[in-house]
Amino acid sequence: MTTELNWNLVDDIRQLLSFHFMLNALRAGTIVAGVAGAVGYLMVLRRQTFAGHTLALIGFPGAAGATWLGLNTAVGYFGFCVAGALIISALPRRGAPNAGLGGFSEESAAIGTVQAFALACGFLFVSLYSGFLNGLNSLLFGTIIGITDQQILVLLIAGAGCLLVLILLGRPLLFSTIDPEVARAKGVPTRLVGTAFLVLLGVAAGGTSQITGSLLVFALLVAPAAAATRLTAQPAAGVALSIMLALLITWMGEAFAFFSPYPIGFWVTTLGFAAFLLATAYRGIADRIARHPPIPYPPRRVLSGSAGR
Amino acid sequence: MNRHAGEIALDATASRNLDGVVAGREVVWLSGAAAQMGGQTIWSDVSLTVRAGEFIAILGPNGVGKSTLLKAILGLVPLAAGQARVLGARPKTGNAATGYLPQRRAFDPGVRVRGVDIVRLGWDGDRWGVPLPALPWAHRSRIARQRVREVIDLVGAQSYANRPIGQSSGGEQQRLLIAQALVRRPELLLLDEPLDSLDVTSQASISALIQSVCRSEGVAVMLVAHDVNPILPYLDQVIYLSRRGVVMGPPEEVITADTLSMLYGTPIDVLRDHAGRLVVVGQQDLPLHRLPRLRHSP
Ligand SMILES: Nc1ncnc2c1ncn2[C@@H]1O[C@H](COP(=O)(O)OP(=O)(O)OP(=O)(O)O)[C@@H](O)[C@H]1O
Ligand SMILES: [Mg+2]
Repeated sequence: MTTELNWNLVDDIRQLLSFHFMLNALRAGTIVAGVAGAVGYLMVLRRQTFAGHTLALIGFPGAAGATWLGLNTAVGYFGFCVAGALIISALPRRGAPNAGLGGFSEESAAIGTVQAFALACGFLFVSLYSGFLNGLNSLLFGTIIGITDQQILVLLIAGAGCLLVLILLGRPLLFSTIDPEVARAKGVPTRLVGTAFLVLLGVAAGGTSQITGSLLVFALLVAPAAAATRLTAQPAAGVALSIMLALLITWMGEAFAFFSPYPIGFWVTTLGFAAFLLATAYRGIADRIARHPPIPYPPRRVLSGSAGR
Repeated sequence: MNRHAGEIALDATASRNLDGVVAGREVVWLSGAAAQMGGQTIWSDVSLTVRAGEFIAILGPNGVGKSTLLKAILGLVPLAAGQARVLGARPKTGNAATGYLPQRRAFDPGVRVRGVDIVRLGWDGDRWGVPLPALPWAHRSRIARQRVREVIDLVGAQSYANRPIGQSSGGEQQRLLIAQALVRRPELLLLDEPLDSLDVTSQASISALIQSVCRSEGVAVMLVAHDVNPILPYLDQVIYLSRRGVVMGPPEEVITADTLSMLYGTPIDVLRDHAGRLVVVGQQDLPLHRLPRLRHSP
């Protein structure tokens, strides 16, 4: 960006908000971060991060294809991500009935192959649409420039729908994540819930891709959620914390991208990584203190007494 | 062989009724039931009746279909033949009046969800949506929290219920999962090897706990076990599954040299030590895996 940083918070924020494209970037970022934080928390709990990453990459050929055909990229992102989610959930599941928690180890080879193919297709579409090389970067690594009002409307509708369905799935989703066999016995349609969640994941990945680019979706989908699980073991608090971290990371990342020559994808990823590192360090220290509580007074007296003898 | 099994079951029911000990209503009723897994028949021609307040052990060697029997009662596995009624209806999932503890689930250390949350899922985990704590529903959520605390106290899991369950030991996790099965005040408890991974003292205390729930609230308990000794004093009936058929009756009639020899098709002795504990002894050249493991030798 060509703008100067004044090191005056109020001034800088005013300057930032005076640009329409920046306002749009913040609006889109807020929607996307809210959805990614919430969906990401459950994705981490369900151990479906690999599926999430794949869905994000499937969005890339969608967006590239849409650009090539002269369509809105959002159509490509959402269309491909949701279709990918349906395909992944239709893959045969051979996991043991007692497996619990996740169950993507078996299919990871198939999913990985799909992932590579998606990237190749995306690259093909980009090549077919000549003179699009600058666009390739923003499709893969994100941009804050050129988010249209219409795009925001699409993101808002998709995001609101996604959160609504997530709230509706609520407890049965958590139940079938943590304890699938008992959930099934209690009448939770775990298969259906799993498919619905993958579709939500597709929507979240498709939306996030439009800000962070396909390759760096994890910055918002995984990093805040992984940090949140390390900070709290309470699901409701975890979701809230994950959303808050995602929002903070996005706002700060967009502001930094505005005032610096580096792209948003870099900043958001770096901030997400920092949050994850801090949370991991906190967990390590907290666990160590819990295991070895500081020794209270009495033992010291005993020690000095025995030394005197 | 199957006819033999049927006779024993019939005799057993009759004698209990004469005693007048068991007068509870039928909770589980199977008639000529059969189950298939992967195209193979696992057991067939199983007929049994379980009444309210009965404490029943399901015994048998590995892979004979004990877990499958529980799943059939839960409606998770359809019957290939025969008829079944569970709490007055066809077996179906989503029955709030059954509590279920599947066989050996361990949460790995990375699972960062608290024990209370897992118990709470047993209370309302099958309801769509999320609870709204700050609204008129608050009353309902207070009742839920109270009941969750109650069962956690009941199984003695207070000290680790607020820790992430992945950081609890196997036995601690098992206690929390038993609490989860109990939280809805079920009329039928289906426990698949609940004493597995518990130490000897915990086996005794959990057995006593299950029995007291069974007696005080008239809950029918069907418990799969490999070691019958911790629960032996509390048992009303034993269901013995084997490849050669199924036998049901009071423990003193089923865990006998004759019945077990019949089920295994090889001579087996049943001994009692001074404390009344059972020791099952097979022939020396019998492959180890075919021995019913009723008791580990000390
Ligand atoms: N999903 C499945 N597909 C095919 N066969 C299965 C499946 N699940 C179980 N079986 C088979 O069904 C039989 C009964 O299994 P089940 O788990 O009921 O045995 P079990 O008596 O509980 O054994 P254990 O004492 O080891 O728990 C076994 O021979 C097993 O191989
Ligand atoms: Mg079993």
